[in-house]
Amino acid sequence: MGFNVDDFFKELDGGHVLLSYKGSITTEIINHALDVVEGKLQEYNEDVKLRKKVYNVLVESLQNLYHHIDDLPEDYRDEYESRFGVLVVSRVDDSYKIATGNFIRSEKIKYLKDKIDKINSLSREELKDMYKFILNHQKISDKGGGGLGLVDIARKTGNKLNYVFHNFNNDYYFFNLDVFVSEKSS
Amino acid sequence: MELEPINIEGTPKTPSVKFNAEEGIIEIKGRSIPENSIEFYKPLVDWLEEYKKNPLDKTVVNIQLEYFNTSSSKCILDVFKKLEAIHKAKNEVEINWYYEEDDEDMLEAGEDYESIIRIPFKMIEIVE
Repeated sequence: MGFNVDDFFKELDGGHVLLSYKGSITTEIINHALDVVEGKLQEYNEDVKLRKKVYNVLVESLQNLYHHIDDLPEDYRDEYESRFGVLVVSRVDDSYKIATGNFIRSEKIKYLKDKIDKINSLSREELKDMYKFILNHQKISDKGGGGLGLVDIARKTGNKLNYVFHNFNNDYYFFNLDVFVSEKSS
Repeated sequence: MELEPINIEGTPKTPSVKFNAEEGIIEIKGRSIPENSIEFYKPLVDWLEEYKKNPLDKTVVNIQLEYFNTSSSKCILDVFKKLEAIHKAKNEVEINWYYEEDDEDMLEAGEDYESIIRIPFKMIEIVE
């Protein structure tokens, strides 16, 4: 038996959770998630700089998720609705953790892995240069930022992007990305 | 033919916009975080393309964003590229980039644009 999304979700959904969701990732869900998290950060009286960073990074994480989900074949539809994804925002020590998960087709893994590893290897200045290069030279796609999302997240958080590709079946993996935003990010 | 002004109210995910050819004022304020920003920005870029043909001697640009996503960042660059063309044609273009107190990310975003389009920005911190 391969990777089990429910077990994965249960594991994430512990500790100090601000928001957890699994299901279809729609514009409405994104709006709702942004409202809930923004409200809670205010309720916690969180420092305004950190609040803005978490919000910014959450926007990017959610829209990345929104634009890059691959749907499983129809015969999985009973278990996983279309545009299925997972989102958990939690407080871990002095950081906010934004965990997202989605199915992606196996052939895309190498590209994505190389991209994240590259981003993780860069210094702050190099990330700034990479951001500006992509901004100025790549055409915007219908999908959004044309590959700026992960660079922006790395730049704003100052932290490495943590990821795991869980093997689901021959054609699909479940891609889990954990992003940490902390006081020191600001 | 007069270029009609654009006046758009802000929403939780899109900014308020005021483009006025008679006054030479270009303003974008608020949040710009839509999933698909091309739809929102296309008419603005088209408007500037028209304005570029017959701009005022001086155009004042006020950008005051609270949040913007990477999807918007390319569209905002498109806006600036039109302004750069107006500037290159020997018209004065004043760009005021507003950012909230201590918002270093927003200041840095302004500096990124400034270094790409080569018109000096006035960086203005909004102190509460």
